Amino acid sequence: MSIIHTENLTKTYDSGAVKVHALNDVSIDIAPGEFTAIVGPSGSGKTTLLNIIGGLDTPSSGRIVIDGTDITRLSDGQMIDFRLNNIGFVFQSYNLIPVLTARENVEFIMLMQKWDKKKRETRATEMLQSVGLGDQIDRRPSQLSGGQQQRVAVARALASGPKFVLADEPTANLDSASTSNLLDIMANLNAQLGTTFVFSTHDQRVIDRARRVITLEDGKILSDETR
Amino acid sequence: MYLKLAWRNIWRKKWRSLITLGSIAFAVFFAVLMRSMQLGMYDKMIDNVVRFWSGYAQIHAKGYQDEQTLDNSMVWDETLMQKASETKHVQAAIPRLEGFALGSSGQLTKGTLVVGSDFPLEEKMLDLAGKVVSGNIPGPDDKGVLIGTGLAEYFQLEAGDTLILLGQGYHGASAAGKYPVTGVAKFSSIQLNDNLVMLPLKEAQWFYGAENRVTSISLMVESQGQTPGVVKALRSQLDEGQYEVLDWKEMMPELVQTIQADSVGGQIMLFILYMVITFGMFGTVLMMTAERKYEFGVLVSIGMRRLKIAFTLFLETILMSVVGALMGGLLALPIVYYVAAHPIPLSGQSAQAMEKFGFEAVIVPSTDPNIMLTHGFIIVVIALFISLYPAWNVKRLEAVKAMRR
Ligand SMILES: Nc1ncnc2c1ncn2[C@@H]1O[C@H](COP(=O)(O)OP(=O)(O)OP(=O)(O)O)[C@@H](O)[C@H]1O
Ligand SMILES: [Mg+2]
Repeated sequence: MSIIHTENLTKTYDSGAVKVHALNDVSIDIAPGEFTAIVGPSGSGKTTLLNIIGGLDTPSSGRIVIDGTDITRLSDGQMIDFRLNNIGFVFQSYNLIPVLTARENVEFIMLMQKWDKKKRETRATEMLQSVGLGDQIDRRPSQLSGGQQQRVAVARALASGPKFVLADEPTANLDSASTSNLLDIMANLNAQLGTTFVFSTHDQRVIDRARRVITLEDGKILSDETR
Repeated sequence: MYLKLAWRNIWRKKWRSLITLGSIAFAVFFAVLMRSMQLGMYDKMIDNVVRFWSGYAQIHAKGYQDEQTLDNSMVWDETLMQKASETKHVQAAIPRLEGFALGSSGQLTKGTLVVGSDFPLEEKMLDLAGKVVSGNIPGPDDKGVLIGTGLAEYFQLEAGDTLILLGQGYHGASAAGKYPVTGVAKFSSIQLNDNLVMLPLKEAQWFYGAENRVTSISLMVESQGQTPGVVKALRSQLDEGQYEVLDWKEMMPELVQTIQADSVGGQIMLFILYMVITFGMFGTVLMMTAERKYEFGVLVSIGMRRLKIAFTLFLETILMSVVGALMGGLLALPIVYYVAAHPIPLSGQSAQAMEKFGFEAVIVPSTDPNIMLTHGFIIVVIALFISLYPAWNVKRLEAVKAMRR
C-alpha cells in the first residue's frame, strides 16, 4: 500500500485575468521507503505539490490520502497535529528556531509530542551524531553554517520517526560539498531507517542520487521513472 | 520550555527589549511615586481635618449642616450619647458646642472659633496631652481656656494670661467672658491653631447661654472604612425628624472636591503616560511579529498548534511587563519609604491647596502597597491586551504565505 496517494490534484491560482494551473491532474503514489525527487523547471509546480502533500496548502480539487487518512477532510488543528505526528519537514532555509540550540531544535517536535526529557535528549543527541554534528549540539543556528543548519533540520525532521519527510529544495542554498554531504546523510537514513523521502530539486547532482524521479512541467507529470 | 523560549526571544533584540523594559519600568516608577505622593497628601489632609478634628461622622440637630448656628443646636441627651458611643466601631462620641466670638487681649482683637468640649473624651480624638506646649488642659469645672499656638502668638499670650471673649449666644443672647489661658496647644491644622479657643463644655454652655445644649456629637470611628456602617446604623436608630447623621464627606464636600479634582489631574497625566507606553509596547510587538512571520510559518508547518505559539508570544509580553513593572516598583519603593520617613516641604499650587485646608504643606507619601500593586496590575493588563495582536496574527497566519520570501 502506498503511503502517499494523490488523486487528480489540481491547483489553480486565479489572479485576475490569467488563470495559473500550478497543478493539473496530478496523481501519484509513493510507497514506504522510497527516495523520490520531484524535478522540473522553475514554476512547474514542485513547491505547490509538496505543500499540498504536506497539508500546508489545499488543492482546488482532488484528494490526498496519507497512510489511509484523507487529509483534505481535516480541520486546521487536526492538520497541524497530523503534520506533527506523521510528516517531517525540511525547507530551503531558515528551518530552525534561532533562539534554541541544535539539540533543542531537534528536541522540539518530540517536546510537542510530549516525550519525556531523558528520552528526548538521548534521541536528539543520537540524531545529531548521525548527521555528523555530534560536537555541535549546543550551538545556536547562527553559529552553524548553512549546510550544518540543513543537517540539523534533517535530524529534527527524522527524530520522532515520521511516516515520511518532505524537503523542498533542501540543497538550494548549499555549495556542492555541503550538497553532496546532505544527500549522503539523507540517503543513509533512508537506507538504514527506511524513512520515506520526497524532495524537490533542480540540481542535476541531486537528481542523480534519487531512485525515483518524478518530472513536472506546467503542473503536469511529464515522466515518472524508477531506477 | 515555553518560558525558556519566551525568555530567550526577549533577549534576541537586546536593545529593543531593554528600551521597552526601561519605558515600562519608568512608567511604573513614575506612577508609583506620583500616586504615593498624591495619596499620601490626601491621607494627611483627611487625617488632619477629619481624624484629628471633626471625626469621621457627626450627629447634629436636623438642619445644622446647612446653617451652622447655635440656634440649630440640640439638647444634650444621655440616651443619645449612649446610643452613639455604643454603636459598633465607634471608639468615642464627643459632645461639642461650637460658635464664634471675638477674642481680645490688650489692643488686639481677632475672630475665634470657640468650642466647648469634654476634655477627657476629647483626649481620644485630639491627643491633647501630646499637643499641649505650655500650661495644662482645663479641668471639667475650670473656667479656663486652651488656645492654639497661632492664636497665642497673635495675642502674645502665655499660660496664665487672660483672654476676653465677646460674641452672640443662643437665641441672640449676648455672650461675654473673661478667661484665663490655662494652656497652649499645637493643633494638627494651621487653621485650628490660629483660631481655636477650647473650653470645658459646661463653661461654653454658660458662655453661650445654651444650657445643656450641644451643636454636634463627633464620632471617632475605628477606621474610615467602617464609617458608612456606623452612619447607617445610627440613622436607623435616631429620629430622622430630629437629628441628622453625616459622614465627613457630607460634612466637608469642598475637601472631597479638592481631593478629587487634584486626583483626577494626576490620573489624567498617568493615563497619558500609559497611553504612550502602550503605543511603545505595541510598536515593539508589531515589529517582533512582522520579523518572525517566517518563523511562525515554520512552527505551524512542523506541527505547533497556533494556540501554543500565541501562548509563547503572550508569555514574552507578560514576562517583559512583569519584569519592567517589578523593576519600576522596586526602584520607587525605597524612595517612597525614604520620603515617608523624611517628608519634603512643598511649594506652589498644591502647597496652596494644602494650606487652604489649614495644614503644613509637606509631602508624606503613602506607603500603601496597593499603589504598587495597582500600577503593576495596570501594566500587566496593558500587556495582556497588547498580546492579543500577535495572537490574532498567528491565528490567521497561512504557513505557505508566511514562508514565501
Ligand atoms: N500564491 C500564488 N498566487 C499565484 N500564483 C502562484 C502562487 N503560488 C505559485 N503560483 C504559481 O504557480 C506555479 C507553480 O509554482 P511553484 O512555486 O509550485 O513552482 P516551483 O516548481 O516550486 O518553482 P521553483 O523551482 O521556482 O521553486 C507558478 O507559475 C507560480 O507562479
Ligand atoms: Mg519551489
